[in-house]
Amino acid sequence: MIDLETELRSRIDGLKRKIVRKAVATCERRIERELPEKIGKELSELHAEKGFIRMRVERSSILKLCRLLKDSYKFNHLSLITTVDWDDRFELVYHLFSYPYNCAAEIKVEIPRDDPKVDSVTPLWGGANWHEREAYDMMGIVFLNHPDLRRILLPQEYEYFPLRKDFKMELE
Amino acid sequence: MAEMWINMGPQHPMTHGLWNLRIKVDGEIIVDAVPEIGYLHRGMEKIFEHRTYPQIGPITDRLCYGSSFTWNHLYCLTIENLMKLEIPERAKYIRVMVIEMQRIASHLMWIAAYAADLGLLAGFLWAMREREIFLDLMQALSGSRLTYNYARIGGVAADLPSDFERDALRAVNYFEKKLEEYEALYRDSKIFLMRNQGIGVLSKEDAINRGVTGPTLRASGVKYDIRKDQPYEVYEEIDFEPQSSPDCDCYGRYVVRMNEMRESCKIIRQALSKMPQGPVRVKTPLIGPQGDAIGRVEDPRGEGIMYVIGDGSEKPYRLKVRSPLFVILSAARQMLVGYKIADVVAIMGSIDVCMGETDK
Amino acid sequence: MLMRSKDFLAWADDWFGRVLKKSTLGRAVDRVFTDFFTWARINSLHPLHFGIMCCAIEMAAASAPRFDAQRLGIIYRSTPRQCDILLVNGPVSKKLRPDLRRLYDQMADPKWVIAMGECAISGGPFWQSYSIVEGVDQFIPVDVYIPGCPVRPEAMIEGFVKLQEKIRAEKKGLLTEDWVRK
Repeated sequence: MIDLETELRSRIDGLKRKIVRKAVATCERRIERELPEKIGKELSELHAEKGFIRMRVERSSILKLCRLLKDSYKFNHLSLITTVDWDDRFELVYHLFSYPYNCAAEIKVEIPRDDPKVDSVTPLWGGANWHEREAYDMMGIVFLNHPDLRRILLPQEYEYFPLRKDFKMELE
Repeated sequence: MAEMWINMGPQHPMTHGLWNLRIKVDGEIIVDAVPEIGYLHRGMEKIFEHRTYPQIGPITDRLCYGSSFTWNHLYCLTIENLMKLEIPERAKYIRVMVIEMQRIASHLMWIAAYAADLGLLAGFLWAMREREIFLDLMQALSGSRLTYNYARIGGVAADLPSDFERDALRAVNYFEKKLEEYEALYRDSKIFLMRNQGIGVLSKEDAINRGVTGPTLRASGVKYDIRKDQPYEVYEEIDFEPQSSPDCDCYGRYVVRMNEMRESCKIIRQALSKMPQGPVRVKTPLIGPQGDAIGRVEDPRGEGIMYVIGDGSEKPYRLKVRSPLFVILSAARQMLVGYKIADVVAIMGSIDVCMGETDK
Repeated sequence: MLMRSKDFLAWADDWFGRVLKKSTLGRAVDRVFTDFFTWARINSLHPLHFGIMCCAIEMAAASAPRFDAQRLGIIYRSTPRQCDILLVNGPVSKKLRPDLRRLYDQMADPKWVIAMGECAISGGPFWQSYSIVEGVDQFIPVDVYIPGCPVRPEAMIEGFVKLQEKIRAEKKGLLTEDWVRK
């Protein structure tokens, strides 16, 4: 009897996984087909593989792309906002996940170093609030329309942005 | 009555770590809450850029000291994704077993601190006593009680010692019986139930919108567990159920964590029985490739992510850490407004704060 | 005998000081009772409920049934006004430094400081970081250093025993010595 139960459970699990894989593949195909029409030429790369969709977009349409992903493709979980300092520009990397479709999306945005401003995605996901504050604190990127952009990890009077590559740590 | 701001922290027995909670109170009712963090900021992300890949391993242990193997393993998983390494099967099973043991130890640490805060000191003493059993097992594996550095890039540091399987099975059988005793203690305590049921409600939509993950999300009714939905290591071969609870309050979070401990015992037994023989580590290159990779695991507190960008040298160009508690603390306001000052302890305790990973 | 309360207090302090603190009667009392007061101080060391990082978990484990620091009289108190010992068990960041100094100043004499773990002694694995103070002894005088990363509970209990030996060796009486330490 116990063997029958585990056998049935593993079969049901296998079926569930197949359904999820099909849902993921459908979502990927829909995105690959529809997004370039909706965003246009500001979307420069789009590459989907095994449930992980990578995109690169201009900074003026980041809010439009995020709103589209959240409303039409149900990417309801913003996980991570990373800031990278390449020597001539900044780059923001957003990681989004979709609970219903079980997909992941990665959006890369380039920002010029002398004008580090970008739209905040806080109206869409409340969880972006502290991620953007940390990005401002560590790298100095200003998010427009953020409800409360102040330093979060360092003291308020600190003058530097530590994660920039020109902030040298004393290694002695 | 006049409203005033009260500072709870950074030194406060409730805080379990160093953070400040400023609450605006109107008499006894909380009207607004602003958490302030950053007292434990060590600049880890800057330190990571100046250390080679093997040297970062012991530092990631100190990211969240309550569940240090999880972060160590997450770092190794991320670097293996970057270098596209395939690790041996035996190493994957050992890692899964140690992850679940660490999960049990972390949840026991949580229930110990939580019970001590709510006044149930017997819970503190019993939970710490059982936690020592699992710490003994992990000490036999790695040599240390708290920060193990047992997972290495390419596998694990060393194979299991002899008799480990027998000791681990004995520990798990003993612990499952003790878990029944604990649940009886908390279920029969009217004060515990009164302080937990209906307190600190976080609705499902709020939880998803705020980016809350882990047991706090599962206690709000969303049955999402990274081990089941985007499995890593050998979680696909192992049969377990993610636990969730429909009541979105502190009691739901307590129930979810107790049940997760039970599921972890099941996973440990299966991992021990299915483990194949073989090597436990492969050789890894010292120079990392160019490119980026992401690693995502289910930490006892939520969803932990590491994102690495390599630049072809022996040090990473950028290593970003996403800690689950960083996001859950930002949702503290929703959970606190409308309750009384005495409920702050229960609410903030139920989300299992560990400031090491929040402040990086 | 009709005085204002301020003047009365000043007069009482002066007499008390003359009779007890600076006279042979005070020294005789101390010689008889110093050992008793030292015994009382040693067996009731009350640290502050203050946990910073990993060593705080081991501090909690030291109160657990296996190691049981309470048999030495170590009971944690929540407010610095009621404590004897400030146990610093983690790295001190620049944001925390003024608050820690304020906690130390709030404690009443006699007080001692124990630096537990590498991070409190010298900054630990984060000594190169831009936001860590390299060791607690940069702004607070430390009595006992307990090395380890993290400190095992047995080592922490040995650190407390060493502090007890230090207090015993100091042989400070209650009346004739000045306790104020900067």
